[in-house]
Parts: sequence; structure tokens; C-alpha cells
Amino acid sequence: MRPTATDLKSVDARDAVRPRRRRLSLGTREALWAYAFLLVPLAFYAFLRIYPAIQSFNLSLHRWNVDPAQRTLVGFDYYREMLSDAKLHQALKNTVLYAAIVVPGQLVLGLGIALMLNAVRRLRPLFRAIYFSPYVTPAAAVAWVWGWMYSVNFGILNNTLIAWSDFVTRLGAPWLSIPAQPFLNSPHQALPAVAAVVVWQQLGFQVVIFLAGLQGIPRMFYDAAAIDGAGGLQRFRYVTLPLLNPVMVFSVIISTIATLQLFDQVVNINFTDQGGPLGSTLSIAVYMYQQAFSKFQIGYASAVTVLLFVLILIVTLVQLRLLQRRVEY
Amino acid sequence: MVDLETFGESRRRTDAGTVVAYVLLSVGSVAMFFPFVWMVLSAFKPIREIFQLTVLPHTWTWANFQQVLFHTAFPRWFLNSLVVAGISTVSVLFFCSLVGYTLTRLRFPGRSVLFVIILSTLMVPTEMLVIPWYVMSTQYHWVNTYWGLAFPGLIPAFGVFLMRQFFQTLPRDLFDAGRVDGVSEFGLFWRIGLPLVRPGLAALGIFNFVGNWNAFLWPLIVAKSPAMRTVPVGMALFSGEASTQWNLIMAASALAIVPVLLVFFVFQRQIIEGVVLTGVKG
Repeated sequence: MRPTATDLKSVDARDAVRPRRRRLSLGTREALWAYAFLLVPLAFYAFLRIYPAIQSFNLSLHRWNVDPAQRTLVGFDYYREMLSDAKLHQALKNTVLYAAIVVPGQLVLGLGIALMLNAVRRLRPLFRAIYFSPYVTPAAAVAWVWGWMYSVNFGILNNTLIAWSDFVTRLGAPWLSIPAQPFLNSPHQALPAVAAVVVWQQLGFQVVIFLAGLQGIPRMFYDAAAIDGAGGLQRFRYVTLPLLNPVMVFSVIISTIATLQLFDQVVNINFTDQGGPLGSTLSIAVYMYQQAFSKFQIGYASAVTVLLFVLILIVTLVQLRLLQRRVEY
Repeated sequence: MVDLETFGESRRRTDAGTVVAYVLLSVGSVAMFFPFVWMVLSAFKPIREIFQLTVLPHTWTWANFQQVLFHTAFPRWFLNSLVVAGISTVSVLFFCSLVGYTLTRLRFPGRSVLFVIILSTLMVPTEMLVIPWYVMSTQYHWVNTYWGLAFPGLIPAFGVFLMRQFFQTLPRDLFDAGRVDGVSEFGLFWRIGLPLVRPGLAALGIFNFVGNWNAFLWPLIVAKSPAMRTVPVGMALFSGEASTQWNLIMAASALAIVPVLLVFFVFQRQIIEGVVLTGVKG
């Protein structure tokens, strides 16, 4: 590394080291500069990204102790434990349920809104900004207003339902009334209620991605289809959808991965890390957090994060597989 | 003549469709924006009005904001968030572009291997890193420090990837010309490269600032003392300080959210560009 240091100095004292620098070939000189530029970043990646990732796997194989010398090897015991952990299974099942609501919800709404935005000229930036705005706000803060809106006795949603029911009863149509809902207090409604907030918050991301995808479709394909006599629906079916396929795959993968990592909304909307009534909103990440930072089951929690990593890896590999099928124009 | 007729017909049909689109988009916008409106307006309501169904306050009051600003730790959390997001944004802009530049413009053994290694760290979720990070942080006394809060976001691999894409679009001749003129290697990056990727820097910087401002999982773990909380962590644990005084909670939420919304509306173009560029990644 000594020549690198000399080279660095040469920025200021170019003349002083010129004879020495000349001896290095141009290629060597360039390589040394490159390594000098990369020194800090590579140390960052090695020490704060790669080492911790390996360490996580390592911790999952050991019984935790503050003193590294006292950590005893337990092999795959924690992984076996996961097989019979009912709470973890619930978290996994919940994650599937979240994905079942969030992923199609975002795909359909995101695509629909993007199509409409693509159809309008005026106000498009304003609409786009409004749909996107929840995405930039901290979940911890928006969770309060959502939690309050969902509140059984004091929330605007139930108050609106009550007002609506009064209104239709006075009109003589009581069958139109809707009873107040338990929302977050119900083991059945809590998860969909949290999922709705997730959709609300991340929808704008999908809209922007889809809008960019739509605008990337060359105009001539639509013209060609129109000349061939294709109507609006047919053009959507045979031009837009196939050409948007890579964007849709990307959208599905991104929201699936985000759902696997769901944490902020779950923790904040219930104002507890217990994961809702009877653990009905518990997600994998929240369960990991409980195990590691409330129960200090470091080894077991590490095993859970390895599981999460494997799940994300599988989703990513599926994405790569799907995207390899190139679209033929 | 036939062509003209069909053209006219399809145009009329689009117009009807456009009207429907405007109506649906407007209804959707109201639904999307309502939680913010409800939050901000409730923050202006005195406590006795807080459970009324009316959207607008009868009496407008600043008392809730005063209470949050002068009698809670909120200003401190705000400062912490500014410091953490500020540090990481400066670092991201400098290091991501330096690495992106080096990986595109300089030739050296191991270049593609290093790029693949950096990119592969994208596959490791934060959840997998927080436990080892916490073990390290207790060992090196990073708990309750700005460094401890900021280090995970200093050189995101995504930023490296993004800046590399930007540098690849620059013509090689430009840098060769600079070299002939005797510009130092660092000067080539700093004086020739950086000014030309300014749009990329703007998108990356603002996108990253917002991301760090909203970061939750790791700050929740590493900020043990109330004084070191960031805005999201402070908000998450706000119940202890205000119980369920919704007027105060809404004022604090509004103070946490409105600045981000303002930044977003001002820099909308760059932020949305940042999102579109993540799409390139896929």
C-alpha cells in the first residue's frame, strides 16, 4: 500500500514525486488509485455487511453468551426448534395472508391508477404526488392516525358507520345500515386492517413504477394495433399487458419481499410488539425482534433471520428466472 | 374519409374515458390524502372537540403544537433525525459516486468481482444484520451514539449500482482528455465526473434522505436512551408520554410528517426519478 500513499500525496506535491511516479506503468498507477478509492468502502462492506451476515448464520448455530468464548455449538438445534414452534408457524401463516392481500391489491390498484394517470394530461403531476405521498412518510407517525381511525369507540370509521346507519334508518331503509366493526380488536380483522395500511402506504411506489413502464411502451405498437382494428380492451389485452409483463413481475417481487420484511406497520399500528390480538398480526420480522430484543434468544432469533434470508433468496431467484424470459417486440 | 370518421369516434370515446379517469382519480386522491388531512386538522382541535365527527375544528388552537414542542422530547428527536439523515446522505453522495466511478472508469484486477460482491450484499435483508450489528454496537460502545444510528446506511449497495449506471453513460474521451491535461485521478472524479452526474446525485441524495429519515427497525434497537431516539422511534414510543391524548399525538404526528411531505413536494421530480431508477434494477 506504500506506493498508494505516495500517489495520494502526489495530488498536492506532484513535482516532488514525479520521478518516482514515472517508474510505475500507467496501468499499475490506475489500479493503485482504484484500490485507494475503494479502501474505505470495501472496509465498510467487509466489516459491516459481509461479516455480520456470516456472523448471523454463526450465531444461529451457537447458544448465546456475551463472551464469545462461552458460546457453545448447538448445531442445527434452533432450526429443528423452528419446526415445532407454533408461534413462528403463525407468523409464517400471517405473512402468507399479508402477501395474499397486499401483493394482488397493490398490483391491481397500482396498475389501474397508473393506467388512469397515463390517460389524463392535466393534473397528472398533482395526482401522482398525492398517490405517492404516503410512501415518503414514516410508518410510525401515520400508524397513529390509522390506529385512531380504526379505534372502536373513538374512530372516525366507526363513527361514520354509526352516522350512516342512523341516516338510512331515518330514511326507512335500516337494511342498508352497517354495524360498527371491531377492526384492530378482532383477531379476524386486525390483519386485513394492517394490510390495508400497507397497501395505502406503498401503493404510490407501484403507481410510479407502472406509469414509467406504460410510458416506455412505444406508441407505434398501439397505432399498429389500432390499424389492425383492435379496440381499447383488445389493445390493453394484447399490447399493454404483454409489454408490461417485466414491470409486473418486478412489482410482484418487490411487494412480496417487502411483505416478508413487514415490521414498521405491524409494530406501530398495534402500539405493541406482541403482534395484535392473539398474535393475529404477528409477522416474521416482528417475531424475530421479540425473540432477539425482548427475550434475548439471540441464537434462535438469528436462525429465524436465516430463514427469512432463504425465503427472500427464493423469491429473488424466481424473479431472475421469470425475467430471463425476454419480451419479444 | 372513413379513416377520419373512425379517428373522430375513437377520440370521443377517449374523452368519455378521460372524464371517468379524472373522477376516479379525484375520489382516490381524497381517500389517499384523507388520513393526513384528518391528522393535521385534529392537531388544531382543542381536547373537547377531539372526538367530534366534524372535520374542521370549531376553535383553532396552537396549544397542542406548543405542548409537543416545549414539553416533550420531540425537538430533540427531530434534531437526531436531521443529524443521522444528514450524515448518511453526505456519505452516500460521496462514497456511492466514488465507488460507482471507480468501478466504471478505472481498470484494475478484480473489478468485476468486487462489483458482484457489493451487489450481492443487496440480497441480505436488514433483519439478518441487526442482531450482529447490535452485538458489535455493545462491544464497541456504539449504542446511543450518532455513529451507531447512522452506520448501516453509509454506503448502500443500491446507491453504488445507481451511480455506476450514471457514470457508464459518460463518454470515455472526456476523462482521457482530462488526463492529458494533467488532471489528477481524484480530480477526474471530483471535477469532471461528479458535475456531470448531478441529476443522479440529486435523485440518490433526496431518496436516501427520506429513507433514512423514516428508518425504524435499527434505530429502535440502537437508540436505548430517550434522548437518542429519532422521530420514528420517538413517535412509536410516544404513548408513554401522552397516553392517548389524541390531540397531542396528532400534533406530534403532523410535526413528524409535514416536513417530509414538504420535502417531497419540493423535490418530487428527483424522488420519483429515484423510484423509477429502482425499477431499472429489476
